[in-house]
Amino acid sequence: MAAPLIECRDLTRVYRMGGGEVRALDGVSLTIDEGEYVAIMGASGSGKSTFMNLLGALDRPTSGSLKVAGEAIETMGPDQLAAFRNRTIGFVFQQFNLLARTSAEDNAALPLIYSGLKGAERRERARARLQQVGLGERMDHHPSQLSGGQQQRVAIARALVNNPRILLADEPTGALDSQTTVEVLGIFDRLNAEGITVILVTHEQDVADHARRQIVFRDGRIVEDRR
Amino acid sequence: MNLMSAISVALLALRVNLLRSVLAMLGIIIGVSAVIAMVSVTEGAKRAMEERIASFGANLLVIRPGSSAFGGRRGGAGTATFLTDADVEAIRSEIPGIVAVSGEMSGSQPMVVAGENWTTNVQGVHSDYFEARDWFVESGRAFTPAEVRSGARVIMIGQTVATELFGAAGPLGQTVRVGAVPMEVIGIMAPKGQSSWGSDQDDTVFAPITTARSRLFGYQFGVRDPVFTIYAEVAPGTNVSHAVADIEELLRVRRNIQPGAEDDFSVNNLAEFIRARNETETQLGVLLAAAAVISLLVGGIGIMNIMLVSVTERTREIGLRLAVGARRADVRNQFLIESVVLCVTGGIAGMAIGVAGAYGIGNLGDFPVSIHPAIAGIAIGAAVFVGLFFGFYPAHRASRLDPIEALRFE
Ligand SMILES: Nc1ncnc2c1ncn2[C@@H]1O[C@H](COP(=O)(O)OP(=O)(O)OP(=O)(O)O)[C@@H](O)[C@H]1O
Ligand SMILES: [Mg+2]
Repeated sequence: MAAPLIECRDLTRVYRMGGGEVRALDGVSLTIDEGEYVAIMGASGSGKSTFMNLLGALDRPTSGSLKVAGEAIETMGPDQLAAFRNRTIGFVFQQFNLLARTSAEDNAALPLIYSGLKGAERRERARARLQQVGLGERMDHHPSQLSGGQQQRVAIARALVNNPRILLADEPTGALDSQTTVEVLGIFDRLNAEGITVILVTHEQDVADHARRQIVFRDGRIVEDRR
Repeated sequence: MNLMSAISVALLALRVNLLRSVLAMLGIIIGVSAVIAMVSVTEGAKRAMEERIASFGANLLVIRPGSSAFGGRRGGAGTATFLTDADVEAIRSEIPGIVAVSGEMSGSQPMVVAGENWTTNVQGVHSDYFEARDWFVESGRAFTPAEVRSGARVIMIGQTVATELFGAAGPLGQTVRVGAVPMEVIGIMAPKGQSSWGSDQDDTVFAPITTARSRLFGYQFGVRDPVFTIYAEVAPGTNVSHAVADIEELLRVRRNIQPGAEDDFSVNNLAEFIRARNETETQLGVLLAAAAVISLLVGGIGIMNIMLVSVTERTREIGLRLAVGARRADVRNQFLIESVVLCVTGGIAGMAIGVAGAYGIGNLGDFPVSIHPAIAGIAIGAAVFVGLFFGFYPAHRASRLDPIEALRFE
């Protein structure tokens, strides 16, 4: 069997602030294979976002080792991490984080600016991804002209535009109503069926039920890992 | 991230907050426009002065009794001993590099012909005068050295005098009574226009200095063959200050001035006069440069302030860009480019306002205005520099943000 896509051993992340310190992650060991569909659950403050930030190479662990797509995250500098995120990771945020007064197309094309692609190719790929998430008719719309569900689909198109191996979504449906939640999850299901590894954080069991593996955090540790 | 897309992102960011961008640019706009207007106006005044001086003759030495500076008081009778025709001849024969030298003596005289009369300045000169002053007859002829020696009763008249006394009729060959002396008009001078102090140079009459001395200015001067002023033209390419020193030495000997005693005459040179003016202008230029630096400093601080605000406001955007793969240098460059675009836009606006202002001032005060093309380059260059210098700190701060904290920023 091939090496796992994500492999973490004794992963710890301690936030120091003022006098005290918070052990947001406390010795997490885990492997995730290519093509898995994982839901991460747990109470507020249990360390889910901290864990996702590490998987997404936005942050580095205080101790322990983390290998993602063959790269040792804890050894990389800021610019190496940036290039790694650009190539390998797609992010979907609860708050969409689209650029205001910028068209859906330009929003979706944003990561490609940092891959050094030419304007024409950026546009072409952004359009293809917007088509894929069902926004072919809304390419020129600005975020303020789109519904929440549509905005989140633009954000998904942006996450996919550079063909990442891993899609990380931290509470992607947290700001959506139940109807659009279903639509967005449908997109995730399809993407996973096409082979992309999807990892999402959620508080809702019926969202988590879309995934084939559910991991539950409590106080910075994994307390349950069921498939 | 390439430059063009960075510039379009920058322009978008500036358009989104148009009023704020304009306010931020205001310091740069005001500074650049003020400096360009002032430079253009002073440059124009300087050019005009140079043109007037060139029309007088830049290689001309002006020698006068007394020790006054150029254009200052004239050493009249009593204040110092006159220079004489003998001095003129000595300068002509003993100073190397002198191409023309003439004495001059002048006074106001009434002129009468056929019922018309006109009072004008009559200048008695040697025949070299015209070459020294680069001023020649337009029609007729100039008097000859022989006519100067013999004291011929001939005159050449300026354009203004020709018009005033003769109107449309041809003055050549006519006899005019100058003071009490009938004189024949043999030439009409080319038009010369206004002098650098604004008098009409064409309102004048030239007579041989001998004639003027014996028949017109018939009072006693106490010396033989006196002249008020000597004009000497130095050959082009000759070292003017050497010629000045040579003349000074010659005249000290001729006038018996003891070593250590002060000259009782002055040798002035228009080139020196121009140089002295240029020095004042250099000082003015330093002042202008100081004003420019201060206004650009103030403008730059305005830019830095607005860029810091912009970085704070767009913290989440920065976090997002970092998350999707922007390197620190990409973020830094984006904000640097924004700062430069802001400054250059301000610089261009300031330049337009400055040029318009210069023409406005020139029109109001009837000054000539001279706009140097290099000014555009300097203004844009300064704007780019200010943008980079004052944009660096905000841009650097933006590039050092932590992506997670930036994304969480409210
Ligand atoms: N930058 C930080 N500085 C200090 N403490 C932090 C920081 N980020 C997170 N924490 C702390 O780390 C712990 C885990 O936070 P984390 O955001 O991972 O929780 P979460 O499981 O995502 O919660 P939620 O469901 O509310 O999003 C919390 O106690 C939180 O207060
Ligand atoms: Mg969280």
